[in-house]
Amino acid sequence: MGAKKEKRVVLETKHVKKQFPKVLANDDINMVLYEGEILSLLGENGAGKSTLMNVLYGLYKPTSGEILLEGEQVEFSSPKDAIRKGLGMVHQHFMLVDNLTVTENIILGSEPGKYDFIDYKTARKEVVSISEKYHLHVDPDEIIENLSVGVQQRVEILKALYRKARILILDEPTAVLTPQEVDELFEVVGRLREDGVSIIIITHKLEEVKAISDRVYILKRGKIVGERETSQVTKEDLANLMVGREVVLTVHKDEKEVSGEPILQLEDVVVRNQKGINALDGLSLDVRPGEIVGIAGVDGNGQSELEEALVGLLKLESGRILYKGEDIAVLDTKQRRGKGVASVPADRQKYGLVLPMKVSENMVLGFHDEKPFVKGINLALETIKTHSEKLVEEYDIRTPGVEVPAGNLSGGNQQKVILARELSSDPDFLLVAQPTRGLDVGAIEYIHSQILKMRDKNVGILLISLELEEIFSLSDRILVLYEGKIVKEFIPENTSDKEVGFYMTGGKKTAEERA
Amino acid sequence: MSGIASILNTDLLVATIRLSTPITLAAIGATICERSGIVNIAMEGIMIIGAFFAAVAALFTGNPWIGLLAGVVAGGIFSLIHAVATITFHLDHVVSGAVMNILSFGIVRYLMVMIFGHPGTTDAIPVGLKAYQFAIPGLSKIPVLGPVFFNQTPIVYMSFVLVVLTLIFLKKTKTGLHLRAAGEHPLALETIGVSVYKMRYLGVFVSGLLSGLAGAYLSIENSVSFTEGMANGRGFIALAAMISGGWTAIGSFVAALFFGFADAFQVRMQVFKVLNIPSEIFIIFPYVATVLAVAGLVKKSRPPKADGVDFMIEKEGA
Repeated sequence: MGAKKEKRVVLETKHVKKQFPKVLANDDINMVLYEGEILSLLGENGAGKSTLMNVLYGLYKPTSGEILLEGEQVEFSSPKDAIRKGLGMVHQHFMLVDNLTVTENIILGSEPGKYDFIDYKTARKEVVSISEKYHLHVDPDEIIENLSVGVQQRVEILKALYRKARILILDEPTAVLTPQEVDELFEVVGRLREDGVSIIIITHKLEEVKAISDRVYILKRGKIVGERETSQVTKEDLANLMVGREVVLTVHKDEKEVSGEPILQLEDVVVRNQKGINALDGLSLDVRPGEIVGIAGVDGNGQSELEEALVGLLKLESGRILYKGEDIAVLDTKQRRGKGVASVPADRQKYGLVLPMKVSENMVLGFHDEKPFVKGINLALETIKTHSEKLVEEYDIRTPGVEVPAGNLSGGNQQKVILARELSSDPDFLLVAQPTRGLDVGAIEYIHSQILKMRDKNVGILLISLELEEIFSLSDRILVLYEGKIVKEFIPENTSDKEVGFYMTGGKKTAEERA
Repeated sequence: MSGIASILNTDLLVATIRLSTPITLAAIGATICERSGIVNIAMEGIMIIGAFFAAVAALFTGNPWIGLLAGVVAGGIFSLIHAVATITFHLDHVVSGAVMNILSFGIVRYLMVMIFGHPGTTDAIPVGLKAYQFAIPGLSKIPVLGPVFFNQTPIVYMSFVLVVLTLIFLKKTKTGLHLRAAGEHPLALETIGVSVYKMRYLGVFVSGLLSGLAGAYLSIENSVSFTEGMANGRGFIALAAMISGGWTAIGSFVAALFFGFADAFQVRMQVFKVLNIPSEIFIIFPYVATVLAVAGLVKKSRPPKADGVDFMIEKEGA
């Protein structure tokens, strides 16, 4: 891509090392960034990508090593120094103050005006002028919390450009975007490159690397394990480099006839959230045995309320939840679980596990007062222990033992503990919400295979996920959730992520027009 | 009912202002503090320190203005303990605040005995700030409101000005914007190169100065000596005023006026015995009013998002 004339190095790191009290996050990092290129930094969670960027941005001080900017050695003691030298960063979790306006957020820390007074008029004018210059349309007077995620990201980019960034670091920029918003972002990034801005994209998504970048570094356990021209490398190669072994990228799903009565039916379910708004607004769906139904949608359209209503944490205002033909809406959580409803909650650390408690205790949580696990009024500790050890073995959970606190395990292994507990209860219906959020490729592969195994056992599965890719690779049917209703149903083979994304945003054009 | 009507007069409003002044000052200070992200329940303690040092300085120099300065400075310095504990050492804000309140009792009792040889009340200062009461020409002639707002003592006037200054500071200045960002999304502020610690230190310190001034008002303007326990829960009522006022300067001021009114009303009900019920029952009135106001309004007001949330940059992890 791009004409390769004399490539000028704008940023270089030499032997950069960052040691945290317990973790060596970056080890001997040598990388270069050329002017006007888009560079990807690919790696799994915990590979040290974000740490490295925070070192470049002056948020962390490197333990050792050098950073060279335009050939000159620099030492940033705070982001202020980095900003002054033309670095800008768009963080994964946006650094925007929710209750301030777009203008206030963009100018924050570099406000125009005499003495300590902010010259809002000038500020607004400058914001409008850069947003026009780079075709990043925003309403300068809107409050951040009223904006969609895509527009918020635009504000973040403007924030960097306002500070005259020549090097822009984007940390997992597409993690929260709809497919349409991703396209828009890539367009913006392309335009910025034409203006001579050099861009680093941190990501763990292979698609993204291929789609947008010129060159890629692959990071693993804090080290750079490879550098490639993106045009000359396949996704499979990248995945192997990143994980260090062969990875099956596409989920293998057997064809399967689904027939019979639905195991779960939701009829006109209305649920109110804490603000008193109908978060589920007449939602109806059904799940048949042996089928995975995927719920696609932008975060905040009723996903968490659907989850809570199904497991019995939220009361229905109206409507019915039929499970094997019986209305279970009146039952409490424990009764529902007793009937064979299992769930893997979206927030695994808050709802899935009791982190300070032992792995073995977590393994029987919810069943700890039932047959094999109780002896009289005592817990049958031996049984619990052997049961847990069996599950640890079966589900390949990496833990020093079943007696350690669940909080000591990595995210992937925590998820496996929950999965082991829920799946071993032999459910007939399984709710899986965000099963692979924040997990690395290896763990994702494993969890997907377990979910498919349940499907083969004729369990009815409802999958709620914000990852469209996950929805597509697992689901037999896709339902689009928008503003508390199912607005569209698709068969994955007969649609595209673009089409689904279109309905996820209410069938409207995305941010572009709203802004 | 004509009984109650008899106490509804200008005097009641004047007393309202006087009783609300320390609450106003502490509440706008707390507003600035909490907008920066540090929870402050130590206004009571800081007020006591301010009141004590103001009285002592006024007593030994014979000059109440020096007393005022001493009270403000003492409040500011004392508040830095809270700042160091919560910002630098990441202690829980409520724990630190509770310690501050207890500590203030101890310090004052100790110094009382050291300096005056007895706990309780200091000697009377030669001149109090009340002597400097002045009517603003013209404005004080406005019926009803004139004498209420424009024939007052120095710190009362200062409190009016400070409400306006707080408002301008938070809304119009760069530092104010930074301070608000520190209380909403500290990392956002840090990542554009402004120190969150600095903003939070500033917030705590300013609230210390203002609570100190509130203390000085109690001992050398509203009174002519310091008495242990003279803050009498006003620091906590200021906290309630800040919350009911939705963490804003104007809101805090209005809420403080309400609490001041409740207090003034209570005093009159007791003194004039207009209703035929035991007068002691009215003592509880302002406190009940506080509870009701907070219970009624607290749902509607939104605290700063990162209020009470510790900020530390270099966290372990990747």
